[in-house]
Amino acid sequence: MEKIHSKFNEEHVLHELSHYLPAQAPLKDFIHHNTLHAFQHDEFFKGIEKANAIFGYNVTLGIDEYRELYAEGKISDASITHILKTENKEDTQLWKEKMLHEQFQNHSQTRVGSLRKLWKTKNGLDMDALSHPILFRVICSYLDQGISIWRFPEISGGFLKNLKALESSGYVSLFQGKTARKYLLTEQWDIEFLLQKVIGNEELFERYLIDQQFAHPGWSGMVSTVEAMPETLLDTRRIALKELIAFELLIEIDVLESKMGEDFLPMCQLLPIENVDLFAPIAYSEHFEVIRLWQISYEWNYYDSVLNGLKQNFNNKFENTTSQSFQALFCIDDRECSIRRHLETEDPNCKTFGTPGFFGVEFYYQPENGKFYTKHCPAPVTPKFLIKETDATQIHKRDLHFHHQTHSLLFGWLISQSLGFWSAMKLFVSIFRPTMSPATASSLKHMDEFSALSIEFKGETENGLQVGYKVEEMADRIETLLRSIGLVENFAPIIYLIGHGSSSVNNPHYAAYDCGACSGRPGSVNARVMSFIGNHPSVREILAERGINIPQKTQFVGGLQDTTRDEIVFYDEDALSVENKKMHSENKQSFIAASDMNALERSRRFELVDTLNTPEKVHEKVKLRSVSLFEPRPELNHATNTLCIVGGRELTKNVFLDRRAFMNSYSYKVDPDGKYLFGILKACAPVCGGINLEYYFSRVDNQNLGAGSKLPHNVMGLFGVANGIDGDLRPGLPSQMIEVHDPIRLLIIVEHFPKVVLETIQKDANTYEWFKNNWVHLVVLNPETKTYFKFQNEVFEAYEPVSSTVEIAKDLLANFRNNHDNLPVYLMN
Amino acid sequence: MELLLQLFVLLPLLGYVISLFIPEKKERTLSAVAYSTVGIYLLALIAFTINWLIGPHKALNLKDVIIYHSDEYEFYIDFYFDRITAIFAFVGGFLTFLITIYSRVYLHRENGYKRFFNTILFFFLGYNITVFSGNFETLFMGWEVLGISSFLLIAFYRERYLPVKNALKVFFIYRIGDIGLILAMWLSHHLWHENITFAKLSNYEIIHEHLQNHSFEGTIVALMVLIAAYAKSAQLPFSSWLPRAMEGPTPSSAIFYGSLSVHLGAFLMLRTYPFIENQYIVRGIMIAMGLFTSFVAMNIARVQSSVKSQIAYSSISQIGLIFIEIALGFETLALIHFAGNAFLRTYQLLVSPSVASYLIREQFFNFNPAHRGANKFIPKKLMNSVYLLSLKEWNLDQFNYAWLWHPLKKGGRIFKFVRERHIWMIFLPVFILGVIASVNKELLSIDLVRVLEIVFALIGLIMVLRAFAEYKNVVMSWWLIALNHCWIALAVSFNENFSITETFLYLSGALVAAIFGTIILKKIRNKEGRLDISEFNGFAVPYKTLAFLFLLCGLGITGFPITPTFIGEDLIFSHIHENQFFLAAIISISLIIDGLAMVRIYARLFLGPYSGSSVSVQHSS
Repeated sequence: MEKIHSKFNEEHVLHELSHYLPAQAPLKDFIHHNTLHAFQHDEFFKGIEKANAIFGYNVTLGIDEYRELYAEGKISDASITHILKTENKEDTQLWKEKMLHEQFQNHSQTRVGSLRKLWKTKNGLDMDALSHPILFRVICSYLDQGISIWRFPEISGGFLKNLKALESSGYVSLFQGKTARKYLLTEQWDIEFLLQKVIGNEELFERYLIDQQFAHPGWSGMVSTVEAMPETLLDTRRIALKELIAFELLIEIDVLESKMGEDFLPMCQLLPIENVDLFAPIAYSEHFEVIRLWQISYEWNYYDSVLNGLKQNFNNKFENTTSQSFQALFCIDDRECSIRRHLETEDPNCKTFGTPGFFGVEFYYQPENGKFYTKHCPAPVTPKFLIKETDATQIHKRDLHFHHQTHSLLFGWLISQSLGFWSAMKLFVSIFRPTMSPATASSLKHMDEFSALSIEFKGETENGLQVGYKVEEMADRIETLLRSIGLVENFAPIIYLIGHGSSSVNNPHYAAYDCGACSGRPGSVNARVMSFIGNHPSVREILAERGINIPQKTQFVGGLQDTTRDEIVFYDEDALSVENKKMHSENKQSFIAASDMNALERSRRFELVDTLNTPEKVHEKVKLRSVSLFEPRPELNHATNTLCIVGGRELTKNVFLDRRAFMNSYSYKVDPDGKYLFGILKACAPVCGGINLEYYFSRVDNQNLGAGSKLPHNVMGLFGVANGIDGDLRPGLPSQMIEVHDPIRLLIIVEHFPKVVLETIQKDANTYEWFKNNWVHLVVLNPETKTYFKFQNEVFEAYEPVSSTVEIAKDLLANFRNNHDNLPVYLMN
Repeated sequence: MELLLQLFVLLPLLGYVISLFIPEKKERTLSAVAYSTVGIYLLALIAFTINWLIGPHKALNLKDVIIYHSDEYEFYIDFYFDRITAIFAFVGGFLTFLITIYSRVYLHRENGYKRFFNTILFFFLGYNITVFSGNFETLFMGWEVLGISSFLLIAFYRERYLPVKNALKVFFIYRIGDIGLILAMWLSHHLWHENITFAKLSNYEIIHEHLQNHSFEGTIVALMVLIAAYAKSAQLPFSSWLPRAMEGPTPSSAIFYGSLSVHLGAFLMLRTYPFIENQYIVRGIMIAMGLFTSFVAMNIARVQSSVKSQIAYSSISQIGLIFIEIALGFETLALIHFAGNAFLRTYQLLVSPSVASYLIREQFFNFNPAHRGANKFIPKKLMNSVYLLSLKEWNLDQFNYAWLWHPLKKGGRIFKFVRERHIWMIFLPVFILGVIASVNKELLSIDLVRVLEIVFALIGLIMVLRAFAEYKNVVMSWWLIALNHCWIALAVSFNENFSITETFLYLSGALVAAIFGTIILKKIRNKEGRLDISEFNGFAVPYKTLAFLFLLCGLGITGFPITPTFIGEDLIFSHIHENQFFLAAIISISLIIDGLAMVRIYARLFLGPYSGSSVSVQHSS
């Protein structure tokens, strides 16, 4: 038989769908990414304009909000004028007038959803209300990871096979009518066939499927993610987006049958429908052009102040102290920006570095008694190594309130009359004296402080993974780490590797608070592993052969900083030499003092903390937030991030950047041809850019691209959150995480020669896309001429800051105590 | 000592009123008013209870304010205190106190901070009126406050669609339960020939004496009370509202739907237990229904994959057991069980967001791939059937839709042909004729009178049904709701003579509210150019104050206890004879739909997504 040419290309539609659907992994694997990654092939504004027209997302602030920022002085006249000039808007006055005063009518119609809406507007059939609850409930129960006491009975095959098994082996049907049941049981779940029944006109199929799936992007996105990475659910399930669609169509058939009888007609026979092309080009809109001008004015207003601030700092000379007290490597995370500053203030002889918090060691980690592995490196990397924990003494405490038996009848009866009164006590105590409890997700629980790790390879492999590293492999990794941050000489007696994690309670998004470079886990294991490697005598020998001479007395110490509690723990302190031990205990004092100050600085964003107290007292209050059930903002995470600085610490050391910068230490002198720079930028663009854009989009459209307020959230199946019990899953960030964030794209500043940087970013097409399409901004600082080059239209152009003065920080402490808002760039002297 | 009882209602009232006048921006003051109100209340309650326990701890009764008095009828507020009150008041005060402190930080910077604390205090007021009530009338007042504040709490995120839809759903079930309570009140008027106090109800001899001659009426009253209790406590067949009420901020879901609100059905049964003590049929029904509810709800809880709905169904199944305990006469056990369950579920809901990190860790370390929940001894076919049935919540939501909501909608659609002009052309003359007939009813045959009163009551019912199904002409349905009271008054006026004062008392509140409501509606129509409730309009965003005032008017026209109409309604029922069950049923149903139609207009006008808003709203949320 000849294959009939079909207008409907199922594979193509499925591909489109999985491309545009949200790609957020289950809660435990929450990793920041560009929410609108699907549009990244386009230039930033082209892409987001499409996203707005097709899906109806808000993609920028509203024009009134920009005007308000202007009125508040947060966008200056100078920056508007400058932008209008660079954007070739010759009639500056006219455009400025448009930006400031013109009234724009926003009557754009969202394309997606218009077809499916006809059920309701023309047929009086609320298809969403009738089909979604049962659909969501079945999918959620099927994927559930451990909330339900009674697991989905059939999980051995694929989703539809399992549904068929369930449907055929009982006295109750999933459906109300016979038709859908018949199709399920006879395996007639070909999408095209089902669409014929529901819609009837092949031309509309693609559009209808997109409408249908985007009526619940959360659930569809989750299914599509699980399909692509089944291992993201520990209790794995087989499901495909295709199966979800087939099941949804079956439900819709069932709805139609119950409303219109067995001989129901497909949609196209009920009413005349005009087809539209969802992806048709978008007409020029002056409104959007004005918005675009506002957005870049807003961004460059800030960037310019930063570039100017850095410039004013060029002339500051730093004494190159040869006797350094210690060196400390932190994660490039923007939250480490301030702790490094405070540490350097407490101990002017120390030196800090920034590098991705997995410290260049990629592996899976298995805690003692753990039934699974967790990945400890950036998400796109697939490690070949396994690190196992042994000799752990930490006990995981239980909390009966989460116990399944509280939901059973008889035990529930006993429990509510006994445990119930205990609950009243617990509630009372947890409100008036919050403390760490089994419910808290604590960064310290991830690895036992005193356990042993299998870091060195002893000939063992497990499930295709090599347990531990060989000496050569260790040497490669530490060499890369040290060279990439430019630390190849002048080693201090102690080099700290400080990973970071966070502690919070009542926080389903806990994984988003941990280290992104460790796939959303605390970086403690990596810090310990790399310290072990650094202290390994054979590794040191190889390093020496390769020209890195680490003095014998230098020792590496791993540590973990809790970004919520501002506490630091150190690992394997007993391995320190007597001399170093003494220095270490002095250094610890600096860490403690810096932590107090860091807590105080962070507290300026917390309206309910009395910042006038001493740093120690404020620190206590800040710690309480991490264990308080009623605190929806234990910390503010990456909010306000806007910068990523790749260069030496001298660049930023005297500039106050208000916890807004990711900082990757780098020395162009150590890496003249950009070999290590490539590694850095390849990670920085997607990781920092991803974080930045997730915050950006969650901020500008918290309802559709973010998760809304977290206060009513309900945990679904341990993998997602929804509002109420029958809402769509809500990917993205809750409003409490983004409310203080300014939606400004990331500016990456690299200290190197423009030519080298250009070659470097062009090495990898995926990385280059970020820069070429302006999803992140790039400015290069020529280290010799000390001039800036702005990357635009794929070339570097000289850039001279518009502003010329920068405020000197007179009293930062007063600012920490009295100012809730973003602080400007200051010079610190 | 009795006089002090008023304190426990006046304190929350005072706090509520104060909280209304605090500006939105003053977060600290708002929450301070809330927790100090409840804190002082709690201290006073503890002191009062200790004092009461030291004494002879006999039940206290306070006939408080006589609001209306005529020869054969007296409407008064009555307060009562015994150990049931003591325990419910303590648990309520304790939990509300903790929750107000909890929410103080939890709701920081949330849009609607003020509204939240206002509503909590309003709820707390209703809770206390209910638990301290000494007669059905007082209890009903509290019951109404609870209904409306629950609606407002569930629809707290009023700019989204699902919270508003679910709030309407819950309010609907509550109103259904209220039919039971209204009819129970009506019949018990006739049973005792007075507004009986709960104090008297606990007098065994009086009860026994009455019930001997009126056992049928007694059973009906008890069953009606039972319906009210089942609706409030989410027992079968009403259960599916409870998980759907979990739309507000977690702490409000925790105390109200996890604990306080949902146990009030049990409170009602404990309160009226002396009345059913000797009605073994009723107690038998309670035990059977309790068992059935417990079993079904437990199974549904077992298959829930969302944490809040699981806790909701577990709570329902425990309340089913509490109903059994009450029916068996184990009052103490029921009270302990209530307190324990309330505390447990509140805490479980409060820590429910932690379930993600806790259970994932548990899974990580203790994963066992064997089937959870499977039972080797029961045939797989049966197991799978029960699983699927439980997954579909035993079709309870569809049941409520098909048997309760849908008939109303359908009923309304039948009368879709009635247009505004018909009302003026046909109904107005009919009404005038009716009034003339009523004035001269001595001239009519008794059969005709019986027919006429039913006819007029039915016209009232048709009017509200019509109002219920109207999407375009909002002002018309608004007036249909208001005028329903006129038809009711007309219908009952055939029964016996009731005075102009009584009519005035009944109609004044509703009609004044109707006029003010119309002004608001017209104002909005002028501004918006049109008024259409076929979709949710979300006008609370641009017209915040009007939204509040309109709600007040709405409460006024539906006989909420803020206007004399509330007393009038009760009064009307006292004029329906005990053998006129049909008439009483029609009138109570039309009053209930009245409330529903009003809340529907309010919700569709002022709640839901606002199209003019710059903030988009997620579709399925």
